[in-house]
Amino acid sequence: MSESTIKPPKKYTGPVKWMRTHLFSTWYNTLLTLVVGYVLITNVGPLLNWLLFDATFQGAGPEDCVGEGACWLFINQRLNFFIYGFYPDELQWRVDVMFALLAVAFVPQFIERFPGRKWLGIFGMTGLPLIGYILIPGGILGLEAVESSKWGGLMLTLILAYIGILASLPIGVLLALGRRSDMPIIQGLCVVFIEVWRAVPLITVLFMASVMLPLFLPEGMSFEKLVRALIGITLWQSAYMAEVIRGGLQAIPRGQYEAAGALGLGYWRKMGLVILPQALKLVIPGIVNTFIALFKDTTLVLIIGLFDILGTVQSTIADPAWQNVAIEGYVFVAFCFWVFCFGISRYSQNLERKLDTSHKT
Amino acid sequence: MKKQTIDSRPAGPKPWYDPRVRALVFQVISLAVVCWAGWTLIGNTLSNMESRGISTGFGFLDESAGFGIIMHLVPYDATMSYGRTFWVGLTNTLLVSAMGIVAATILGFLIGVARLSSNWLVARIALAYIELIRNIPLLLQIFFWYFAVLSNLPSPRQSMEVGGALFLNNRGLYLPGPITPEGFGLVWGAILLAIVAVVGVRKWAKKRQMATGKIFPTVKVSVALLILLPLLAFVIAGLPLEWELPALKGFNFGGGISLIPELAALWLALSLYTASFIAEIVRSGILSVSQGQTEASKALGLPNGLTLRLVVIPQAMRVIIPPLTSQYLNLVKNSSLATAIGYPDLVAVFMGTTLNQTGQAVEVVAITMAVYLTISLLISLFMNVYNRAVAIKER
Repeated sequence: MSESTIKPPKKYTGPVKWMRTHLFSTWYNTLLTLVVGYVLITNVGPLLNWLLFDATFQGAGPEDCVGEGACWLFINQRLNFFIYGFYPDELQWRVDVMFALLAVAFVPQFIERFPGRKWLGIFGMTGLPLIGYILIPGGILGLEAVESSKWGGLMLTLILAYIGILASLPIGVLLALGRRSDMPIIQGLCVVFIEVWRAVPLITVLFMASVMLPLFLPEGMSFEKLVRALIGITLWQSAYMAEVIRGGLQAIPRGQYEAAGALGLGYWRKMGLVILPQALKLVIPGIVNTFIALFKDTTLVLIIGLFDILGTVQSTIADPAWQNVAIEGYVFVAFCFWVFCFGISRYSQNLERKLDTSHKT
Repeated sequence: MKKQTIDSRPAGPKPWYDPRVRALVFQVISLAVVCWAGWTLIGNTLSNMESRGISTGFGFLDESAGFGIIMHLVPYDATMSYGRTFWVGLTNTLLVSAMGIVAATILGFLIGVARLSSNWLVARIALAYIELIRNIPLLLQIFFWYFAVLSNLPSPRQSMEVGGALFLNNRGLYLPGPITPEGFGLVWGAILLAIVAVVGVRKWAKKRQMATGKIFPTVKVSVALLILLPLLAFVIAGLPLEWELPALKGFNFGGGISLIPELAALWLALSLYTASFIAEIVRSGILSVSQGQTEASKALGLPNGLTLRLVVIPQAMRVIIPPLTSQYLNLVKNSSLATAIGYPDLVAVFMGTTLNQTGQAVEVVAITMAVYLTISLLISLFMNVYNRAVAIKER
């Protein structure tokens, strides 16, 4: 055998190979990696120091926040206000019960093989709002009444988002059916309703609900501010919901409509038994996405003077006793929203993948 | 023999089972309900307004407003009418929307491409950016930039500066502004001429390529035209351009172009937020072009640049345009969050101050909603026209 046999090319394995293909494959990738890496290394350290290592978590009051880092003590001390608003301390168990029930109904939805998951979901859509309607405002069954101007914080954010989505679902279904209807007047009315609400920003809707709604109502009849905001949010959201559901209706093949018709089913039974169950299942990811959008948009109610979680934080960071805690406050709210929205969006992506039956390669 | 019209259908069902009759009745009823509801609302509103002593009509638009606005693109002072405040608000809304759309598009495309980068680190950072920004409410981001970042900048006397021309402080960003004396009109004319020439050259080059197959270096010629013609006019006119530097006058800066912090915060937040959505749209658009298309164009011998320009991007744009349109619409609507930090946009000025001062809720809200409806319809129309141009042409 001759000595000049060509040796096999050098083989890199393990982390070295990975780095060569993913970080340093070409000269410009190498340059990019070095620049980005430098920026990251110089920034992440100080950021972590501020967030965690130099931060103050424990203490008695503003005077304990002297370190270089974040003053989480501020959040710690005001947490009750951020979660419950002005809800009386001794009655907060009612809100806690609702939080627990909410978790019981919806957390199992993330777990694939949880027994009775469907029934818990149905309970969350029907029984839960009823219990909440009795428990949170009180005033019946011997519960002490708590007026809605005292509700606030995270609790209010959840109420707004939850009722908004729940109430807009049936209206959205009706609007979507109307838009797909053969009757020109019905179709026209639905199209105008949907397009007008979708074209205007939520702020104008909220302004309208708080300024104009009292003008629309007959004299002597009035709603609380929260209810007015909810009416505005529901009408606005139902237009978006209608468009999502219309997408599902359009995705059902004609054969299904015709088959249901051939079986002799009338319009409502055709829709209720054949079309809608399939269409709604198709658009669950879309509904979840609109829910995320609505959840983020509920922060806008602070502009008309309701104290949602951002509103409570915004009103306390101006407190002169604490020095410049704006960033801590905003980071806290951002974290709350991020956890909710990111979790739910992951769930919806999972669903999408599971429901996707197209055979793409 | 006379022809008789014969109803060939069997004796039809009872009229209340006939779908056409039912449809008619149903529609008449729903129309009646809507009309009745509208009538009641109008009646209630009129009687409510009368009892509160609010007059109806648009006469208030001519009355003097009597409040100042911190930023206006059209001439305005407190003695002008409420109608004028509407135009101030509208132009401010359009300004921040246009700035936001441009910035968000550029940033979104960059991040969308970075997300698909072969460089692991870059792709991960783009992913982290997208997931972080789009899961946090926009209002919170506006507050963050305005109250936490921009308010903590130094005061005008200690402002950060770059070369004595660019100043940044808690009152805003100050840039040198161009002063264009007469004679600059020639340059504008040259720019216009260059644009017309470029369009002409492109048409001619395409026609020639179709007819003879000869390729004309359109891009190089276009760029040369666009730069050289105005430059030539500029030199001929005797360099008629000066820069006015911002300078500290009293407690604040004057002169040059200034960007108030409200606008800066809103612009930053809107662009960063919308960019994270656009990035995902761009990514899905690029991924929607199948690998086979790239391979086929390589097999035809097209170089990388041409593959991207002629094969991948045109097909990706078809997927990108419709959702991009709705992001633009969202951005315009989201610009109304200006109210929260006091940037004088349409909602803040007109639906806020003007409404509070005049009490003309119905008129003001109706005008504002009509404006947003019009803007939305115009953007949809424009993007639909563009979409038709790039959409798949099936023959």
